[in-house]
Amino acid sequence: MGILDNFKKMDRNSNLYTFLYASGMVILVAALLAIAATSLKPAQQKNKETEKKIDILKSFGKAEGADKAANKHQFVEEAFKKYIAEQIVVNSKGDKVEGLEAFKVDLKAELAKPLEQRNLPIFKAQLDDQSIKYIIPVRGRGLWGPIWGYIALNDDMNTIFGATFAHQGETPGLGAEINTVEFQQQFIGKSIFDNNNKFVSVSVVKGGADKSNPHAVDAISGGTITSVGLQEMVYDCLENYQSFFNKQKNIGHE
Amino acid sequence: MSDIKQKEPWFSAKNLKLLTEPIDAKNPITVLVLGICSALAVTVKLKPALVMAISVTVVTAFSNLIISMMRNSIPNRIRIIVQLVIIAALVILVDEILKAYVYDVSKQLSVFVGLIITNCIIMGRLEAFALGNKPWPSFLDGIGNGVGYGLILVVVAFFRELLGSGTIWGYRIIPESIYVKSGGFYENNGMMILPPMALILVGVIIWIQRSRNKSLIEE
Repeated sequence: MGILDNFKKMDRNSNLYTFLYASGMVILVAALLAIAATSLKPAQQKNKETEKKIDILKSFGKAEGADKAANKHQFVEEAFKKYIAEQIVVNSKGDKVEGLEAFKVDLKAELAKPLEQRNLPIFKAQLDDQSIKYIIPVRGRGLWGPIWGYIALNDDMNTIFGATFAHQGETPGLGAEINTVEFQQQFIGKSIFDNNNKFVSVSVVKGGADKSNPHAVDAISGGTITSVGLQEMVYDCLENYQSFFNKQKNIGHE
Repeated sequence: MSDIKQKEPWFSAKNLKLLTEPIDAKNPITVLVLGICSALAVTVKLKPALVMAISVTVVTAFSNLIISMMRNSIPNRIRIIVQLVIIAALVILVDEILKAYVYDVSKQLSVFVGLIITNCIIMGRLEAFALGNKPWPSFLDGIGNGVGYGLILVVVAFFRELLGSGTIWGYRIIPESIYVKSGGFYENNGMMILPPMALILVGVIIWIQRSRNKSLIEE
C-alpha cells in the first residue's frame, strides 16, 4: 500500500491523474538527460579540442595521418606539442596580453567586442626546418552559418604559407567547397600587404583570378555568398592584427 | 497485470513478419511515403546515411518498446505529448552519444539528428502499433521499420555517392585519371549531390518495387 498503488487506482481520465503523470514523466526524463549530458561531456569536449588542433595543424600541413592514426587524440596532441612553439595573445595595438592561453580564447566572443578590447590569439609554430610560422585564426559568416579557419603566415608577416577553412552548414558541392584542398591551396604564396606595405588582404574573385595576382584567389562557382563571406572574414580578422604584423616586421629589420 | 504467460515463441511467424514486412511490402519510405525529408537530406554520402539509418532504427525500436510498456497508463488526452517527450529524449540521447563517440559523423549529420524527432515514421508507428500491442512485437515492429527506412537510405546514398562524388564510403571508385581535370572525359554528376536527385532515385526505387510486386499497385 503505497502512493504508487493509489496512483494506479486513479481514474485515467481525471485531470489530477493527467497532471501527475505529465509532471512525473517530465522530471524523470529531465533527470535522465541531465545524467547523460554530464557523463558524456568530457568526451565531447575532447573531440572539439582535437578538431580545433587538427584545423590549426592543417594550416601548415601537419595534420596528415590524424585520421588514420590509431589514437587520434594522442596523435594530434603530440603533433600539436611538437610544432606549436608558443601561444601568444595580443591586443589590437599589437602588445602582448599576459595570462591568457591562445587556444582557450573564444574568437567568436572576442570579435563581438569593440576592437580596442579584443584579445587576439596567435599560434607560433616551428616546423622541422626551423622556420617560424604565425597562425592566425579567422572567423566569419557564410551563407547558412559560421565559417572559420586558420591562416599560417611566414615570418615576413606577409606571405601566406597555408590556409584551412571549415564551415558549419554551407551547401554541399557549392559553398562547402571552401574546406577542400583545391580551394585552400590557392592561398599558398599569396601576400596580404601590397608593395607599399598597405594591408590589402586576399580577395576571392568571381570569374577567375589572375594567377600572377598575389592578392586574389578564385571564388567558388555557385557559392558566391560563401566566397564573399570568406573574403570578408579573411580581411576583417587579419586587419585586427595589423599593428602586431608591423611591429614584428620592424623587429625583423632592426 | 496479466497472468497469462506469453506462449508465443519469441520469433514466431507472426513476429518475424513484423520484422520483414516493413522492408518490402510495407516499406515506410517507398510504400507509406513517410520520412522522405531526411531521405533527401542525409543521402549525399554513404556513411552519414548509414549512421542516420542506425540512429532512426534505435529510436523507433526503443520508443515503440517504451510506449508499448506504458500504453495502459498513458492518459489518453496527452498521449501525443507523452510520445513526443519519449521520442525527444531518445533522440537527444542518440545525439549526445554520437557527439561523444563518432564526432565526425555527428558533425556531418548536424541538425538532422535533432530532426529525427519530426520523422513521421516514428510517431506513425507509435500511434498505429505500439499503443495497441505488447512490448516485444512493438520492439520488432520498430526495428523492422527502422531497417526498411535505412535500406532505402543506403541504396539512395550508394548511387548518389558513386555518381556524385565518384567514391564509396569515402574511398575513390572512379579513378582520378579519367576525370576531365586530369585529361580524361569523366565529370561527376553535380545534380546527384543536390536533394532533387534523391527524390528521383526514391521514385525509381518505387517504380522497380511496384513492377516486381503487383499487389502494391492501386486500382
